[in-house]
Amino acid sequence: MRKTAITFVAAIAAASAVAPMAAEAGTLDDVKARKELNCITNTGLAGFSYTDKAGKWQGFDADHCRALAAAVVGDGNKVKFIPATGKTRFTLLNSKEGDVLFRNTTWTYVRDVDVKLSFVGVNYYDGQGFIIRKSAGIKSAKQLNGATVCIQTGTTTELNLADFFRANKIKYEPVPIETNDEARTAYLAQRCDTYTTDASGLAATRATFDKPADHVILPEIISKEPLGPAVRHGDDQWADVVRWVTYALVAAEEYGVTKGNADEMAKKSANPEVKRLLGTEGNLGGMLGLDKDWALKAIKAAGNYGEIFERNIGPKTNIGLERGLNAQWFNGGLQYAPPFR
Amino acid sequence: MAIQASAAVTAGDTNALLRLWRNKEARAVIIQILTLAILFAFFAYIIDNAIQNLARLGKTFSFSFLEQPASYDINQHLISYTSQDTHLRAMTVGILHTVLVAVCGIVLATAMGYILGVLRLSKNWLINRIVYCFIEFTRNVPVLLHILLVYGIIVNVLPVPRQALDWSKTAFLTNRGVFIPKPVFEDAFVWTLVAFFAAVAVVWAYRRWARKVQEETGKIYPVLWPGLAIIVLLPTLAFWVSGSPLSWEVPALKGFNFQGGMVMRPEFLALWLALSYYTSAFIAEIVRAGILSVAWGQTEASYAIGLRPNRTLQLIIIPQALRVIVPPLTSQFLNITKNSSLAIAIGYMDIVATIGGISLMQTGKEMESMIIVLSIYLAFSLIISAFMNWYNKKIKLVER
Repeated sequence: MRKTAITFVAAIAAASAVAPMAAEAGTLDDVKARKELNCITNTGLAGFSYTDKAGKWQGFDADHCRALAAAVVGDGNKVKFIPATGKTRFTLLNSKEGDVLFRNTTWTYVRDVDVKLSFVGVNYYDGQGFIIRKSAGIKSAKQLNGATVCIQTGTTTELNLADFFRANKIKYEPVPIETNDEARTAYLAQRCDTYTTDASGLAATRATFDKPADHVILPEIISKEPLGPAVRHGDDQWADVVRWVTYALVAAEEYGVTKGNADEMAKKSANPEVKRLLGTEGNLGGMLGLDKDWALKAIKAAGNYGEIFERNIGPKTNIGLERGLNAQWFNGGLQYAPPFR
Repeated sequence: MAIQASAAVTAGDTNALLRLWRNKEARAVIIQILTLAILFAFFAYIIDNAIQNLARLGKTFSFSFLEQPASYDINQHLISYTSQDTHLRAMTVGILHTVLVAVCGIVLATAMGYILGVLRLSKNWLINRIVYCFIEFTRNVPVLLHILLVYGIIVNVLPVPRQALDWSKTAFLTNRGVFIPKPVFEDAFVWTLVAFFAAVAVVWAYRRWARKVQEETGKIYPVLWPGLAIIVLLPTLAFWVSGSPLSWEVPALKGFNFQGGMVMRPEFLALWLALSYYTSAFIAEIVRAGILSVAWGQTEASYAIGLRPNRTLQLIIIPQALRVIVPPLTSQFLNITKNSSLAIAIGYMDIVATIGGISLMQTGKEMESMIIVLSIYLAFSLIISAFMNWYNKKIKLVER
C-alpha cells in the first residue's frame, strides 16, 4: 500500500515538471496561413445555405462566406463549409473548428454577453412566424390552442415560442427537432400542426413543398430576429474584418457597385467614397491587415448585398422574400453601412 | 539506453542507477512511476488547456446557471414543469425520461431476448430460421437506424388524429401517439391496494410453507396457479365490495388533437421499441449460449431421476445457464441505458436533450453541462453494475 502511495507521489511530481504551453494566433493570420476560410453554415436551408445538385454550397449565407474568403485570401472559392445544427454551431465556433458563423443566427444579449460570441452586424432582419395548412382554417397564431408545434431545438425560436404561448395563456405541445430538413419532414407527415421558425426560413422551406399554395404563413411575427455573422469573443481584429466585409457589400449596393461593373468603377468612379472602398485611394485595406483591393475582390466574388439578396431569396426566386426591413436605409429599410473613411 | 547515456556524466550515479534498473523489483516500480507520470501529465495538459481556453474566452466555471429559469417547454414530463422552472428542474425531467426509457427498455428487451433465445434453439426448422434471420438483421444494423426506422413508421404510416385507428372508441392510435384512458382513483381504492399487498403476503407465506413441506416430505404442492389466483381474486373482490371506486378518463378529439387520457408519444414509443428489439437480439444470443453451455448429460441425468422436461428446465438448466448469462447481460443493460442518449435524434427529451442540449445551448455552459451529463451516465452505469454484481453473486455456484 505504501509503495503504491509513493509511486503516485513520484508520478505527480514528474508530471508537474511538464510545463503547460499555449500558443495564440489571431484568426486572421490563421486564415491567411491556411489559405482557406472555415465558414460555419446551416446544414440545409433553401435560399440561405444548401448544397445544389452539383454538391456546391449555395445561398445567401454561403455567398457571404465567399465574399469574406475573397477579401481575406483573394479567392471566393477557398471556403470550407462546416454545416452545423442549431445546437452545435456555437461549440464549433468556440472550439475553433470554424472561423466565422454565417448561419441565420439571432443576435441576442445572452449570446453576445454570456455565450461569449461577438456579433459583428446584421445581414438579415427577420422575425419568427408560423406555417400551417390552409385546411386547418386558422387565421391567427392566437387560435393555436392545443396545437402541436415543431421547433428547431437550441434556437431562440424555442424560447420565443414558450413566451408567446405563456403571454397569450394558450397551451401547445412542442416537438423539438434538430434540423430544418427534419422539421420539414415532420410537418409534412403531420406529426405537428404547425412549424415555427424565422419567417425567412418558413418561406424558404415552403418553397420546397410539392404544393406550397396549400400552406399559409400566419400574419403574427412574434419576435425580432436580427440574423448576422458572429465570431469568437476577444479577437477584435478578426471581428473588424468580418464586420467591414459585410458592410462593404451593403455600401457597394448603396453606391451602385455591382459584380459586373466593379472593375470599371474602380478605374473610373469619381466618388471618393467608392475609390476608398475599392482601394484606388487611401489604404483602408492595409488598416484591416488585408490587401488594398479587399472589398473589390469580395464584391467580384459574390456581388453586392442587393445582388446576393435577389439571386438567392429575392422576389424572383421561388422563395420570394421582399426586401422589407432589409432594404437600404434610403429605401425605408434598415441596411445601413457606416462611412468608409 | 537513454538513462545510461544521460547518466554517463557522473560515474557513481550511473552505477547506482544501473543497479536499480537491473533490479527486477525496482525496475517494475520505475516503469510504473513513468507510466503514471505520463498519464498525469496528459490529464494536467488537458485540464490546463480547458482552463486557459475558458479564461481566454472570458468564461467562468460555475454551476449557478442551474438556478436560472430554463424558459423552454418540454412536451411531456413525469413531474410538474413549466418554462418558468429552473434548468435544474428541466434536468431532472430529462433524467427521469432517461430512467423511464432505460427501465422500460431493459424489461422489454430481457423478455423478448429470453423468448427469442429459446425459440432460436427450437427444433422447428421454420421458427428457428425466422428467429435467426431476425437476430442477424437486427444486431447487424446500427441502432440509430432502427430508431429512425421505427419513428419514421410511426409518424408516416399511422393516421393523423382525425382518422385515428380506435379500439371501441376508448383507445386511439395516431401518428401523434397512442392515447389510452386514464384511471381516476377514488379514495376507497385504497382497499383494493391493501387487498393486493395482503394477497402477495399470503402467497409468499404459502410458498415458504410449500417449500418446507417439499424439503421434509418430498410432497410437491402447486404454487404458481393458486398463487396467481389469490393475487388476482382477492383485490378484485375488495374492488367490488368497496363499490368499484375507479373511473376512466377517455381521450377525446378536441381541436387539433386528442385531449385527456394518457398518451405515449411517438418519440418515446420509437426509442423504447427500437432499443428493446435491438438489444433483445444480443440478449437472445446470450441466452442461447447460456442454455447450450449446460451439458446435455445434465438433462439426461435429470430425466433419469424422473424429473419432467419443464421441471428439468426450471431446476437444472436455467440455474446453471444463468451463471453464464448474467455477466454479459449486465453489459447489455448498460448498453440500453447509454444508447438511450440517441433520443436526441428523434426529439425525445432525455438528459442529453435537456441539460446537454437546450440548456447548454441557451446558457453557453458547455463544460459544466457536459460534466453533469457524463457524471449522470456514469452514475447510472455504476448502479446497474452494482445491482447485477449483487445478483450474480447470489446465483453463483455455491461451492461446498
